[in-house]
Amino acid sequence: MTKLFPNVNWFALLEATGETFYMTLFALLGTLIIGIVLGLLLYLTTPGGLWENRLINFIIAALVNVFRAIPFIILILLLIPFTNILLGTFRGPNAALPALIVGSAPFYGRLVEIALREVDKGVIEAAKAMGAKTSTIIFKVLLRESIPALVSGLTVTAIAIIGYTAVAGAIGAGGLGDYAYFHGFTRRDFDIVFACTVLIVLIVFIFQFIGDRITNKLDKR
Amino acid sequence: MIEIDKLSKVFKGSSHDVQAVDQISLQIKKGEIFGVIGYSGAGKSTFIRLINRLEEPTAGTVSIDGQNITTLDKKALRLSRQEIGMIFQHFNLLWSRTVRENIAFPLEIAGLAKNERNERVNQLISLVGLSGKEDAYPSQLSGGQKQRVGIARALANNPKVLLCDEATSALDPETTDSILSLLIDINEKLGLTIILITHEMHVIQKICHNVAVMENGKIVEQGSVLDVFSHPQQPVTKKFVEQVMGKPDQDVSDEPFVQGIESGRVLKLQFVGETTNQALISRVAKQYEVELNIIQGNIKQTQAGAYGALYLHITGEDQVIDQAISFIRSTSVEVEVIDHD
Ligand SMILES: Nc1ncnc2c1ncn2[C@@H]1O[C@H](COP(=O)(O)OP(=O)(O)OP(=O)(O)O)[C@@H](O)[C@H]1O
Ligand SMILES: [Mg+2]
Repeated sequence: MTKLFPNVNWFALLEATGETFYMTLFALLGTLIIGIVLGLLLYLTTPGGLWENRLINFIIAALVNVFRAIPFIILILLLIPFTNILLGTFRGPNAALPALIVGSAPFYGRLVEIALREVDKGVIEAAKAMGAKTSTIIFKVLLRESIPALVSGLTVTAIAIIGYTAVAGAIGAGGLGDYAYFHGFTRRDFDIVFACTVLIVLIVFIFQFIGDRITNKLDKR
Repeated sequence: MIEIDKLSKVFKGSSHDVQAVDQISLQIKKGEIFGVIGYSGAGKSTFIRLINRLEEPTAGTVSIDGQNITTLDKKALRLSRQEIGMIFQHFNLLWSRTVRENIAFPLEIAGLAKNERNERVNQLISLVGLSGKEDAYPSQLSGGQKQRVGIARALANNPKVLLCDEATSALDPETTDSILSLLIDINEKLGLTIILITHEMHVIQKICHNVAVMENGKIVEQGSVLDVFSHPQQPVTKKFVEQVMGKPDQDVSDEPFVQGIESGRVLKLQFVGETTNQALISRVAKQYEVELNIIQGNIKQTQAGAYGALYLHITGEDQVIDQAISFIRSTSVEVEVIDHD
């Protein structure tokens, strides 16, 4: 191993992997919450929806589209002043979280909206006919019936987030991207870049595997 | 108990408006199975959805047990919907829930405690004949079983009315019959009022007491199932009756077989809602020295008894034949002697 990767500091590599996991998981959590709220609002306020409201629908759709249009590297730079105020620094894994969440929540929000649209209208109608409140319809019908799609959307989003953490790493967020760029690329130690690549690919596979397993288990269709 | 007064629904369209339901007025008695039949696009689904306000009426009122549904606010409407069960053509079950959980859903909505829910669900499962399937998911059930879950779910909160929107249209004929029998069973056991819409006349024939025929958003004809079967007025109604009874009598006397008959007579027996004279033919054969030969017949069972006509060739001594005929006439079956000369 040491022959293949002469320049790799195994402890640093382990630490970077931990940071990548840390950023991915916490960004995923924030993305999940904000994405579901955005997706629900998009779905519910759509014309003909349960809370039909053209204005709110337009505003949220516009926000989502704008933030999805901004390339991630630019988004990080744009958010630096904000992150500075929030955390007092723009370096390290925590500082990457706002940008990661702002970058991926609109994307996940769209996936949530698509998942909710897939819920059979007839089932929603049946719940209405039973006298269900809108909140019951949201939690017990819409979200519940779309869980497999929500999870598989989350898997796709998680993989995008892993990619984003690497980009964030290149401006000092920590994690494998940081290690690969500052310790590997800038010193021309390509064995480090290669080791980081292998680990990132592995992490992606792990997320994909877990996501697929959960989706299959929950899908009763 | 259900009074519908000048109920109308107009769908506003960009190019033109659609009058889906046009001034429908109806009275439906408690414990009755009321059918609404019409072709596709007649406005049946819209009509039934106006009853529980899944569709908001443009004008008119619906009242159930004296409560005006059309003026209820949101909350009161939710509560009264718990007393109106509904089943659907495509069942509309929650696929993420088991049979048991699907049936429990309306009970959760009504706020029943968990142990009460379990007890009620068990009753319902045996009522609709789904024992052994409690923990299956809808995707593991046949269409007929799914509709049974739909029925159990609709009955969970002891509704006053059951609305059925094409409840058997997605099922094969045998399964349709078993679901219709279940509906009759529930109607009799629970005294539940049922409103069902369909485009299949045999569904009306098998289970309804009264029927309304819809065309272009209007009710063009209504009455008891026997009346509508025996005296259809409108062309649509005649077509629907033909669905079940076949073309109205081609003149039997023209048939070569009848023309070739040399002795005896040909009789047409008309049954209209017979429940008491089911064994008529065998009684005639036993009591009178006559030979009976069935030429053709078309008799359907309705909720009010048998309906249809039977053609017989009767031979024997003229006198005895006359006695037999007057015996049949003494029952409520009508007899017509058909010329064949
Ligand atoms: N939401 C809607 N918006 C606009 N028009 C509608 C809507 N729902 C129904 N209609 C129109 O109202 C008319 C009646 O439709 P409805 O679904 O009640 O007919 P139906 O008798 O149930 O037909 P089917 O047997 O095909 O179910 C049709 O012309 C239909 O196009
Ligand atoms: Mg319909």
